Amino acid sequence: MWRRVIALIKKEFLALMKDKKSRLTIIIPPILQLLIFGYAATYDLERVRFAVYDEDRSHASRDLISRFSCSPTFHLVSHITRDEHIAPLIDNKNVLLIIRIGPQFSRDLLTGRGTDLQVIIDGRNSNTALIVLNYVRTILTDFNMDWMARHNWPTPPANLYIRSWYNENLESRWFIVPGIVGLLTLVVTMLVTALSVAREREQGTFDQLLVTPLRPFELLLGKALPGFIIGIVEATLIILIAMFWFDIPLRGNLLALYIGLVLFLLSAIGVGLMISSLALTQQQGLMGAFIFLVPSVILSGFTTPIANMPVLVQKLTLFNPLRYFMVVIRGVFLEEAPVTVLLDQYWPMALIGSITMLTAAWFFRHRTT
Amino acid sequence: MNNKEQGKNLNQSGSGATAMRLRGIVRKEFLQIMRDPSSIAIAFLMPVLLLLLFGYGVSLDAEHVPVAVVVEHSSVHTASLTAKFSTSRYFEPVFITSLQEAKQALINHKVDGIIYLKSDFSRILKTGYEPAPIQVILNGVDSNTARLVSGYVQGIWATWIEELAREQGSRASMPVNLQHRIWFNSQVRSQNFLVPGLVAVIMTLIGALLTAMIVSREWERGTMEALMSTPVAIREILLGKIIPYFVLGMGGMLLTVALTVWLFDVPLRGSFWILVSTSALFLLTALGMGLFISTIARNQFIAGQAAIIVTFLPAFLLSGFIFDIESMPALVQAITHIIAARYFIMILQTVFLAGNVWSVIIPNAFALLVLAIIFLGLSRFKSYKRLD
Repeated sequence: MWRRVIALIKKEFLALMKDKKSRLTIIIPPILQLLIFGYAATYDLERVRFAVYDEDRSHASRDLISRFSCSPTFHLVSHITRDEHIAPLIDNKNVLLIIRIGPQFSRDLLTGRGTDLQVIIDGRNSNTALIVLNYVRTILTDFNMDWMARHNWPTPPANLYIRSWYNENLESRWFIVPGIVGLLTLVVTMLVTALSVAREREQGTFDQLLVTPLRPFELLLGKALPGFIIGIVEATLIILIAMFWFDIPLRGNLLALYIGLVLFLLSAIGVGLMISSLALTQQQGLMGAFIFLVPSVILSGFTTPIANMPVLVQKLTLFNPLRYFMVVIRGVFLEEAPVTVLLDQYWPMALIGSITMLTAAWFFRHRTT
Repeated sequence: MNNKEQGKNLNQSGSGATAMRLRGIVRKEFLQIMRDPSSIAIAFLMPVLLLLLFGYGVSLDAEHVPVAVVVEHSSVHTASLTAKFSTSRYFEPVFITSLQEAKQALINHKVDGIIYLKSDFSRILKTGYEPAPIQVILNGVDSNTARLVSGYVQGIWATWIEELAREQGSRASMPVNLQHRIWFNSQVRSQNFLVPGLVAVIMTLIGALLTAMIVSREWERGTMEALMSTPVAIREILLGKIIPYFVLGMGGMLLTVALTVWLFDVPLRGSFWILVSTSALFLLTALGMGLFISTIARNQFIAGQAAIIVTFLPAFLLSGFIFDIESMPALVQAITHIIAARYFIMILQTVFLAGNVWSVIIPNAFALLVLAIIFLGLSRFKSYKRLD
């Protein structure tokens, strides 16, 4: 049996690798994409351009402004002196943020009355706006603390002490880069498997395969294993880059990660082969791969949390293998999650994998033109 | 060589012949589309389905975040503080008696954070010598959500101590209070920017799929060569391919825009016609990119792979759809300049939310035009050369 399966695997690899273009699309893009996306996909902001409208021009206002302009997060673009300057600066996207300090600022501060700081933020991307607001709040809190200490200000009755577990400095990259590992692994396995049967169907060679002594199970194995091998190798490579290039800490154990990876590949290959076995032409296969891939990436919790989705869409994500793998890979990387905690993520992937594989095997024989 | 010469001669025979040949090709393409309705499904059905699914599914507004509230010794003050969490739409507090249990819930993802008031909280608060500590632990893995949640917590804390100060008849408790205004989206509703962005992401896919698959199929089956041996010029073949799919694509585009406005309630503050004309430009670049991919790949397998790799993920991650482009490293920022979706998303977010800001619209529309010319020009160039 193994001889036949191995022969088939060899043939599959030949089909994938003999063409230089096809070889390149499988190997180079994932690595390139990891590097580019790893740098691009971050919610953390840098060099936020802002303008200052300082009507007070006092020692205190200058102190506050310098806390912004000295921070690497902010980049002071201009000082404005009139109300009419505000709207065009924001409208034209010259700045994201305008800080306005009223004429009474230092007087109110020194007399102990307390004062306001006005900020105007471009909300076209409201998430960015909220992040900017948060940065502003952090700087202002520091300023307040210093002012209170230096000017005998009455201390507030209660203080907040916020700590974050697992990602202490709230680095966006720690969240996104492990996610990219899952994302690219899915893309590669889909590319390898989704067209593998469809292409042979279109070229008529699949019927030839069916009349060989290969049993359906062996055929399935021969079609699944190349994707599996490529998936494991590529995922390992990507994980290594995440660890050593992007310095994402891998805190959990590799066993928990690789159980998840194997099950994830199983389910991804299952879906890919199912699509492929259903498709009569490559075009249909590709379309199917696309229709599966795009929603499973967008609705996986990769960039936007599943918890924010409406209940119905949340239910739909239960069919998405990537959703489970996202939890596994982030759990192992950051939360040191052991195998036992991840069981709830493992079994749905195993289930999706087995059902889709069996369906694919059935369609190998029963779907004919 | 002969063909080329012939083509050139025929080209010179006037615009009447060109129009006639073009009409013929367009008619052929339309017939092909009608016979195989899959491209109609791609153009109309898919954008609508995807927008419905994603428009509802993609949101960055963290609401009803489950948090464990641990109060070791309750009093009037702890009650007024925890009531603030209960009434806030951002939180879904779960009252847990021990910190140990709360930590377990955090580890098991049952809650996303812990608010911990130690047994001496009320006592310290009453004596007033030092601030009473409110300890907050968040699950920081999803740093963006954690940051939002920490902002909400700070908001609740600020109003609470403000009220406390007022009750006790003392003055404002912070030297400087933050007054913020978020323009164009004062409700800070993430769908207002995500749904227009989705239109760009979805139409990138549709445009590339429509042309990439269809043209490469023609190459693969050899019918492209057959077409080229006719007097029809390459320019006309390509135009003949673009026009029908452009018409189809515009249909899909208008449908998604309509959904954005009427179903997802994104305000359209700019002009509808600017939206339509920039959409047309964008669709042209998306089709051009698909055409280019299929011209260089010349086989469906590779064209399909390339379409997946170079369209969807870049449009999703490098376009400013979610992630701010200006915070990316310079090299990555340079790469984003060849992503058409980047310009279109900038236009969409501005036209929808801010209005007709010409200083944003014109440069971005110009960039789209340049990209369209480059992609279409390259496709033509590549098709020509290979015939020799």
